[in-house]
Amino acid sequence: MAISVGSTAPDFKLKGVDGKEYSLGAFADRKAVAVIFSCNHCPYVLAWEDRMIAIQRDYEARGAALIAINSNNAAAYPDDSFENMVKRSQQQGFSFPYVHDETQDVAHAYGATHTPEVFLLDAERKVRYHGAIDDNYDDASAVKQHYLRDALDAVLEGGEPSVTETPPVGCTVKWK
Amino acid sequence: MRIEFLYYADCPSHEEALARLKGAMAAEGVEADIHIIEVKSDQEAQQLRFIGSPTIRIDGEDIDPEGLEGQQYALTCRVYTKRDGRPSPAPETALIRARLRGEIQ
Repeated sequence: MAISVGSTAPDFKLKGVDGKEYSLGAFADRKAVAVIFSCNHCPYVLAWEDRMIAIQRDYEARGAALIAINSNNAAAYPDDSFENMVKRSQQQGFSFPYVHDETQDVAHAYGATHTPEVFLLDAERKVRYHGAIDDNYDDASAVKQHYLRDALDAVLEGGEPSVTETPPVGCTVKWK
Repeated sequence: MRIEFLYYADCPSHEEALARLKGAMAAEGVEADIHIIEVKSDQEAQQLRFIGSPTIRIDGEDIDPEGLEGQQYALTCRVYTKRDGRPSPAPETALIRARLRGEIQ
């Protein structure tokens, strides 16, 4: 089961595609951090990817950051290898860290079960929103509820997101 | 016409894809049974040549043969490419209809 809204998010130390290690401490100056469990091959991630990139771009100056974590079993799903993470990040021009949860410990600690699956953390690293990025993986122009954007707006303004939890929509995390 | 619909239950696009298949069949006036096969294990994926969910075959031919290139048999979600180039977890109805008509894009 996923960690609950209002709980303190677990920290981690994971290697990024840029060779650096990332923990929540890397975002110490960020008022909000969107931790998104992701991967290379899931069509739902691929469909939402441009929107993830746009969210990082739109919210960086407002004090937020996004980090994508790939916890998939690369032995069984070679498309999700670290090497392919590097390629994907470069091809798509990710402007956010993309890190590898090779042991799957972080996915277990967060209770993540899908990709993509969002945990939005506030300045105290408490979970303020959990679930899907928005309500329409298929068509960005047809989105009616921008769950993550709306939650970011609320958290950055010191308020409460009107929607704090939605079912994550996507592929299941591929466990070892 | 033999129509097969193979899916992996953990991939949520199969319900939408099956609805699109049924709608496409109705639009094209195709009356045929849909053989629905749930792929439950890696072994079944190998045996059924299943590269991901959902997979639709018409008379044994995958509706998206280009999508098969370089793919391994696995219990996973399949990526389709829409006409506008965007990725999708389910085939577009237009693709299904074209295949039912016997058209090759």
